[in-house]
Amino acid sequence: QSKRKWFCVILARPYKSSQSGAAAGGGGSTWCGSVRGETKMSQQAANGDRCRAKVLTVETMNPNVKRVEYAVRGPIVQRAVQLEKELKQGAKKPFTEVIKANIGDAHAMGQKPITFFRQVLALCAYPALLEEEKFPEDAKQRARRILAACGGHSIGAYSASQGIECIRQDVSRYIEKRDGGIPSNPDNIYLSTGASDAIVTMLKLLVCGEGRQRTGVMISIPQYPLYSAALADLAAVQINYYLDEDKSWSLDVAELRRSLNAAREHCNPRVLCIINPGNPTGQVQSRQCIEDVIRFAKEERLFLMADEVYQDNVYAEGCKFHSFKKVLFEMGPEYSSTVEMASFHSTSKCFMGECGFRGGYMEVINMDPAVKAQLIKLVSVRLCPPVPGQALMDLVVNPPQPDEPSYTTFVKEKTAVLAALAEKASITEQAFNTMPGFTCNPVQGAMYTFPRISIPQKAIDKAKELGQVPDMFYCMKLLEEEGICLVPGSGFGQRDGTFHFRMTILPPTEKLKIVLQRIKDFHLRFTQEFS
Amino acid sequence: MSAPLQINPNVKNIQQVQNEKLARLAEQIKEDIRRGSIKSFKEVIDVSWGNPHNGGLKPQTFVRQVLAACVYPELLDSEQLEADVKQRAQKLLMCVGGSIGSYTNTAGIPEVVQGITEFISRRDGGVPCHPENIFISSGSQWCLSNILRVLVNTKALLPTAVLSPVPCHPTMMLSLTAEGVIPVPYHLCEEEGWALKGEELQRALQSAHGVCNPVALYVINPGNPAGLVQSRASIQEIIRFVYERRLFLLADEVYQDCVCGADSQFISYKQVLVEMGPPYSDSVELASFHSASKGMMGECGLRGGYVELVNVDPAVMEYIYMLFSMDICASLSGQMAIDLMTNPPQPDEPSYPLYWQEKEEIRRTLVHNARKAIEAVNLLVGFSCQPVHGGAFMFPRVNLPLRAIQSAQEAGLPPDMFYCMRLLEEVGLLVSPGCDYQQEKGTYHIRICIMVQEEILDELLRRLKIFHTKFMKEFS
Repeated sequence: QSKRKWFCVILARPYKSSQSGAAAGGGGSTWCGSVRGETKMSQQAANGDRCRAKVLTVETMNPNVKRVEYAVRGPIVQRAVQLEKELKQGAKKPFTEVIKANIGDAHAMGQKPITFFRQVLALCAYPALLEEEKFPEDAKQRARRILAACGGHSIGAYSASQGIECIRQDVSRYIEKRDGGIPSNPDNIYLSTGASDAIVTMLKLLVCGEGRQRTGVMISIPQYPLYSAALADLAAVQINYYLDEDKSWSLDVAELRRSLNAAREHCNPRVLCIINPGNPTGQVQSRQCIEDVIRFAKEERLFLMADEVYQDNVYAEGCKFHSFKKVLFEMGPEYSSTVEMASFHSTSKCFMGECGFRGGYMEVINMDPAVKAQLIKLVSVRLCPPVPGQALMDLVVNPPQPDEPSYTTFVKEKTAVLAALAEKASITEQAFNTMPGFTCNPVQGAMYTFPRISIPQKAIDKAKELGQVPDMFYCMKLLEEEGICLVPGSGFGQRDGTFHFRMTILPPTEKLKIVLQRIKDFHLRFTQEFS
Repeated sequence: MSAPLQINPNVKNIQQVQNEKLARLAEQIKEDIRRGSIKSFKEVIDVSWGNPHNGGLKPQTFVRQVLAACVYPELLDSEQLEADVKQRAQKLLMCVGGSIGSYTNTAGIPEVVQGITEFISRRDGGVPCHPENIFISSGSQWCLSNILRVLVNTKALLPTAVLSPVPCHPTMMLSLTAEGVIPVPYHLCEEEGWALKGEELQRALQSAHGVCNPVALYVINPGNPAGLVQSRASIQEIIRFVYERRLFLLADEVYQDCVCGADSQFISYKQVLVEMGPPYSDSVELASFHSASKGMMGECGLRGGYVELVNVDPAVMEYIYMLFSMDICASLSGQMAIDLMTNPPQPDEPSYPLYWQEKEEIRRTLVHNARKAIEAVNLLVGFSCQPVHGGAFMFPRVNLPLRAIQSAQEAGLPPDMFYCMRLLEEVGLLVSPGCDYQQEKGTYHIRICIMVQEEILDELLRRLKIFHTKFMKEFS
């Protein structure tokens, strides 16, 4: 598969003596042709020399790891990095920069951090700054409180594996406030290294059984490929349920039921994952839909995993974020005391965009205490989440209040970020919907567009020739010709015969408009070339 | 639904760490004190984890200044910060595109990775190090888990196993079990300063025959909890062993900067491997782990660690990359901590004098504590402690009287756990019990972190003496 090629081109050889090194380097593109799976030759065979067989080879390694793919960091991104390198070295290209609209990284696209958060974190990092007048009193107060909760008053001390207690308490209070007073117990809060860590931990906890009893996990198509990657790694059974592209990517319980019933033939379905607001699709599920999903989970006895990292990123009129927990409790004790659920949040998205801090949490609801005892063992393996990320989460859930000095600036910055995102969502959606060959569902929330593209048959054939999936072929060409890096829809899952790509709405507005224009031009050329 | 039956068996198999119980008890005691309960102590001293800042050691000023300036770049205009702090912060910010709120490349910021290779090369007397072999993650245990996951060979008839030391720190055991890997214990020789013996490795490997499939050997050097620092000869022996027995070598070297024995010196597995030349140097597969949590920085909470992979099959490297990419990237705080660890201030830079002073103070503390603590503990009847040449801990053996062992059994507790609980309740000293470390049967130990402020060490030794004397009297 040529999509693997890029890995090999970039990946240099590990340290070894020259005899085997030369063979590996020279064979770079030939042996990579069949890198995937069982057909890969061992290094020894490739070298043709008599050095001893390695302990760790493609044959002896964990077969589950071989099935892991993560499109957001996959071959196209590797190629983009390579192109950037080449540009840096002075290579001439039809573009002067590579625009990485593949990953939901707001700061990388110029979004500014929230001043208050960075002030408190700087104070936590270097407490001598607490003496400086330039920092507002509310920032200092929060820093002092966080430091008091750290061992030795230092963010360099390990915290408890579940996270610093007073921060978990603050998270609980935030959730209670968000959900109109529904109680949240700090013991049910697990701080984590980004939401990804908590999601993988939960899946690790729940996946078990052999053969036809192997745990099945329901996930939307399209989905954020962390889920498919984790499920492959765990050798869990991935159960796909299709979102309805014709209805703004909404979720239909009938589809859930169809997919579940089919899955029961070959696995033991136990988990239902839902991303709301959606990634890559950007849909914000209606309250009714959320109730239907909860009802379904109860009927079918499924553990619900609600990925809500984009909860503040809601743009479309008439759309509102409804937390799964809130809806669950409003459905009454029949549901709220039985449905088992975990909901996830992160500091990487929303208005903060602080991906690099790797802050996150999950709240577990109605989890059996015996299962919780198992969960704590699992989170102990990683010792503790990064303390700066924990501190940041504390600020997210405990922002400046109206009577505090930093409030005005905070609100101004937050509003500006969310307004900019809303504007960009709108520009992007409109642009794609006026381009021939594209249809784009409303970007109701999150940070992405997932337009459907029409690819001419000739191009599909050409892609097949090259051993590439058509939308990867399309995106690679776009990258090579325009320096725009997107992720092909095949990385997220899509209905057979349809093609998409995911593009973030994050570049600065002016750049975004240029990018959209260039995609439009490219698409025209592409269509003509393959007509 | 999610009843205990339906949980990943690997997770169920993870042993309950007794330390957790002690930690909860400590929290309870702290709460009681807060509420005004009268005890013989005002606060709990917690030396159960390798957590230097918690033990009163201070972070390095340079590290924190750079970190603060990266977090809040307005500080770059501050007159309080030295020029080299600002330069370093500016350089890091440039490498990440202006904000440490961004994701980075999967394996880490390229310039930081480059810095790591230079550090390793310098450390190893010029032996080359390639950036493609380095992966930074949010803690060395995270790297270790990823490598273990790749090593699991589900296609083999027997379950995958890794030779691991006795005693061994519990996090490693947790990691093995979580990945479904069976530990094959090899015993360190307590009487000889916890030495690693070749014959014992042979015996351990033999014991696995027909039972499980050992694919790797895990060594910790300097040790945890054992305070050994391996000699060059010992390292060579290990390398020959893994070569002959075809084992992947996992070298946990996170304490490489914590050498306190006067005659001890850290030499890396990589350096020795390369110096041994072919066939070893071009075939032994090695993963070496390092961390910003230990050493003179002690920045556990920033979560920075890395692995260097040597002689790993390039095709497998692809998949390792994929695994790390699922985590997206290591935390920026961790990556920065690694950068500052591998690339500290240089003698001609303004921050150097303070950096040097702070570092040396911590080093002196470690050396002083190791000596003082061993002396003090060995004076207590019933205790015997091997010398600590490296690492951050002492692991004294306590010969518990028979009556104490019986009382423990009656209480349903491992004897050293019983001792530790009483120690915590009566004098407010939190240490970790040897039962969490896979010790030799019939022996009991406690592990104490000695990377703490000298005053705290004095106080903990005082409390230990009072308690131990009373305990031994009670149960004699």
